[in-house]
Amino acid sequence: MSDNGHGIGAPVKRVEDFRFLTGRGTYTDDINRPNQTCAFFLRSPHARAQIKSIDAAKAKSAPGVVAVFTGGDMQCGGIPCGWQVTDKNGEPMKEPPHPPLAKDKVSHVGDQVAVVIAESLSAAKDAAELIAVDYEVQTPVVDMEKAIAGGDVVHEEAPGNLCYDWELCTAEGGAKEVDDAIANSAHSVSLRIVNNRLAPNAMEPRAAIGDYDLASGEYTLYTTSQNPHVIRLLMGAFVLGIPEHKLRVVAPDVGGGFGSKIFHYAEEAVVTWASAQIKRPVKWTAERSESFVSDAHGRDHITDVTLALDAEHKFTALKVQTLANMGAYLSTFASCVPTYLYATLLAGVYTTPKICAGVKAVFTNTVPVDAYRGAGRPEATFLLERIVEQAARKLGVDRVELRRKNFIAPDAFPYQTPVALQYDSGDYHSSLEKALAMSDWEGFAARKKESAANGKLRGIGISTYIEACGIAPSAVVGSLGARAGLFEAATVRVHPTGSVTVFTGSHSHGQGHETTFAQIVAEKLGLPMENISIVHGDTAKVPFGMGTYGSRSLAVGGEAISRALNKIAEKARKIAAHLMEADAADVVFANGEFAVKGTDKKKAFAEVSLAAYVPHNFPHKSAHDDGEGLEPGLEEQAFYDPLNFTYPAGCHICEVEVEPETGAVTVAALTTVDDVGRVINPMIVEGQVHGGLAQGVGQALLERAFYDDNGQLLSGSMMDYTLPRAKDMPPLSGLQTATTETLCAHNSLGVKGVGETGTIGSPPAVINAVLDALAERGVTDIQMPATPFRVWSALQEAGK
Amino acid sequence: MKTFEYHKPSSLDDAAKLLAQADAVALAGGMTLLPVMKQRLNSPSVVVDLAALEDLRGIRENESKGVVLGAMTTHAEVAGDALVREKLPALAELAAGIGDAQVRNRGTVGGSLANNDPAADYPAALLALNGSVHTNKREIAADDFFAGLFATALEEGEIIRHLHFPIPEKAGYKKFPQPASLYALVGVFAAKTNGGVRVAVTGAGSEGVFRVPELEEALGKDFSPESVPEKLSDGVEEKLLNDIHGSPQYRAALITALLRSP
Ligand SMILES: Cc1cc2nc3c(=O)[nH]c(=O)nc-3n(C[C@H](O)[C@H](O)[C@H](O)COP(=O)(O)OP(=O)(O)OC[C@H]3O[C@@H](n4cnc5c(N)ncnc54)[C@H](O)[C@@H]3O)c2cc1C
Repeated sequence: MSDNGHGIGAPVKRVEDFRFLTGRGTYTDDINRPNQTCAFFLRSPHARAQIKSIDAAKAKSAPGVVAVFTGGDMQCGGIPCGWQVTDKNGEPMKEPPHPPLAKDKVSHVGDQVAVVIAESLSAAKDAAELIAVDYEVQTPVVDMEKAIAGGDVVHEEAPGNLCYDWELCTAEGGAKEVDDAIANSAHSVSLRIVNNRLAPNAMEPRAAIGDYDLASGEYTLYTTSQNPHVIRLLMGAFVLGIPEHKLRVVAPDVGGGFGSKIFHYAEEAVVTWASAQIKRPVKWTAERSESFVSDAHGRDHITDVTLALDAEHKFTALKVQTLANMGAYLSTFASCVPTYLYATLLAGVYTTPKICAGVKAVFTNTVPVDAYRGAGRPEATFLLERIVEQAARKLGVDRVELRRKNFIAPDAFPYQTPVALQYDSGDYHSSLEKALAMSDWEGFAARKKESAANGKLRGIGISTYIEACGIAPSAVVGSLGARAGLFEAATVRVHPTGSVTVFTGSHSHGQGHETTFAQIVAEKLGLPMENISIVHGDTAKVPFGMGTYGSRSLAVGGEAISRALNKIAEKARKIAAHLMEADAADVVFANGEFAVKGTDKKKAFAEVSLAAYVPHNFPHKSAHDDGEGLEPGLEEQAFYDPLNFTYPAGCHICEVEVEPETGAVTVAALTTVDDVGRVINPMIVEGQVHGGLAQGVGQALLERAFYDDNGQLLSGSMMDYTLPRAKDMPPLSGLQTATTETLCAHNSLGVKGVGETGTIGSPPAVINAVLDALAERGVTDIQMPATPFRVWSALQEAGK
Repeated sequence: MKTFEYHKPSSLDDAAKLLAQADAVALAGGMTLLPVMKQRLNSPSVVVDLAALEDLRGIRENESKGVVLGAMTTHAEVAGDALVREKLPALAELAAGIGDAQVRNRGTVGGSLANNDPAADYPAALLALNGSVHTNKREIAADDFFAGLFATALEEGEIIRHLHFPIPEKAGYKKFPQPASLYALVGVFAAKTNGGVRVAVTGAGSEGVFRVPELEEALGKDFSPESVPEKLSDGVEEKLLNDIHGSPQYRAALITALLRSP
């Protein structure tokens, strides 16, 4: 509809970047409230201990201290979990209490024991050193396999440290039918896969300010959140008992989330509650070392997988048994990540008819584990693409051909998988073929030879993935145990002079919504970007929305905006018809102008919006509001609940060089072809893919949150936790991203989502490439991260 | 960080007096000291900033034609200095490979040596080049300077003024970075000096930087990558660190791999 160069498909520069790149953003820590105090959390140095006593008397009387609170002071609900998973015996999952400040025991290093509130941060820290906590240290539960083998428990409420033992089986005959199918198949391959534990490390650490207004009785929480309404609901209704109209949650500029800022955290509840106790604002900002031991971690699975194939190499059955680490407490999304966001993806892009997945969720004395960019889908994709690769190697068949042979055909959509999901659209062959061509797959042998001449081992690896995003149809997730709906909301307010403010329930923490969403408005209303503002992140401003995660913002939030815009266009058309004394059916709206068909009568969008607010001659509605007449104003709202998930899919290819003497791996090239549905802004799509790939390379080669037997996080700082750096990515000449397009069949924009493709598709491509490089030396398996030490060790082991 | 008294003396004597107080510490580039103060792992009551001491600055040649670095010379200055690049290119390269630009612009050679981090780069250079440390009290030979993890022969309050580096016939430094910190997982400095070949290894030793006699012997016969043995003796492995980034066996393999690489 739009021809102003700002509409759908235009590579518009991100409007938010000026503010971000010149240090003009307003992050939570930039906010200071009058008479504000500083909070410091005393955290447990032990993974598991009973608290015999806490003596805070000295701290309370230390200079500058306003208050010290411990678990006993804070009478409130526990931090809730948002998903109720029912285990295979029909039992609800175990939900041990999670008090915001520890009561009687601590369950991981970093658990909050007390909060010190003082006039300055250093006064708070000084005082915290004066708190005497008498711990009775106990043997911690760290290793998942030992945890479920009997012995010590993290929580008495969860015998055997089991949160749930859950199963998703295709076959009517359940697990046995899948076992039989595997036994009766011509071939089978098995692997044990460890999906490494990751520490998210958003650039901005978490922060929160609680601000209780004695005059109004209202609370405001400023917080680093991906979903302020969800925090308001969880904290208000479950933890502190504050009704919505008295609780405002503001999530201003947020410097990266990657999932870790979805969840409701204890510190948010503590500062909000404490501000009412001391009747002053209370501010807390995490330090990086605190982030490592208090932000929810990601992934951490141990999986045994078996894939069976028939004599023609068609997949016949897949069996997956997973131990998923929950950490010490159930974080907001924790229970659904290794179930509904994981097992439901185990068909991948393949026609495997029988699938059975068993998932045991395990409590350990470690930081809670929850959704991290990709959430469940990277775990599913990694094991599938590793086992398919392993099958090709074991059977001595071409790995690309094996994939092609088992792909769901382009004409098979809608395709009902055996694991609950129904894919609406896709074309896995076209993304595969495009990626093969772009990566010069055929020319690899020559490049390998060249590397060999330089003493390097070169490998190429591939992954063909699918993911489910745009979460999610409320009815579906409700039946699966979600304790909330997953719709999205938008209000479009057209101002009298024709500029537009959109209030969205989505939240941008780096994704560029202020640009992408504005492009949808530009497209639909024919307005230039300058006339459009996107507002998000404040429950006092935006309608009740569910926030941003699971690549849902465009497919759900964008669609809500689109629907509100349709309502605006419809109403504006009526007003225009009235102004031009025409029948509304004869008025067409294009490029920001209303015209009466077959005449030269025209009204600009701004003339119509002005009339909406200066309705001097609007026909009045009747006393009984019978639908006649024109209502003043031009503001519309839409709540959109999607009909299905969306299914981005694609092909990632990676090429690596390994230095055999040191084990060092260099990523020489990365090629991605993603089908993310309709692309609104190709530049932003490319940026999202680049960022995701860096995190994918990080998981595959670098990152590992590593606990020792005492439950101490050995990689608890940047000195030992390796985040990807620019040098870890391939040179720009070797970094190629492209898209193919099949439209989402159930939203009007045709969009699928791009936020997570990079972290989902790339890790198996990288590891398959490493293994391809090492194959000539006899190495057949390696776990993530494939650090130089691991690669070197694998070579030594194989060389024996 | 806790509160402390801050001084910036302009004479070495004043600095020494200030540092003689209990709980006083010298501040150079602050790249190591400030983070540990922020983390409250070290909370000195007096901080003596060495930045105004002219005597600790500058790069020059000494009587025996060696290179002298003032203790307050930054890594970036060492990396970019014409004299160092001409006479000790291996040292310039080493300095250019430390940390990142910010660290190189603040961190100093004196601070690095006084700190003696087991993964720092300079200790390997000083030891392999048979350099010496000149303080406000005395001269300490490299072989006597390093005393285990984060420990040196420096006495309480003793100030490093200069570092003397004799010029070798040939020298080279190779570093395999620890993936997260980019400090040396293993760093090897090999130098052919008029007193024979000296090989010093940093990053790998459980007691900090150390010399490797069996490599010195092998390279003493022929100072070339080809003469480096493929494997070190078990005696060397026993001295090496074991952590999440590498086993002693891996670190031993890196020592030889670095020396053997062209
Ligand atoms: C991100 C980062 C990366 C780094 N990477 C590397 C690396 O790759 N390789 C490497 O070698 N190092 C690395 N470093 C350390 C860096 O080189 C530091 O600069 C160095 O260790 C200390 O030097 P400084 O001048 O900052 O000393 P300071 O931090 O100021 O002082 C360190 C210690 O030395 C003492 N001291 C300082 N000067 C003197 C003196 N003249 N006489 C007596 N005592 C003195 C101080 O009292 C203090 O105890 C890194 C540091 C950081 C922060």
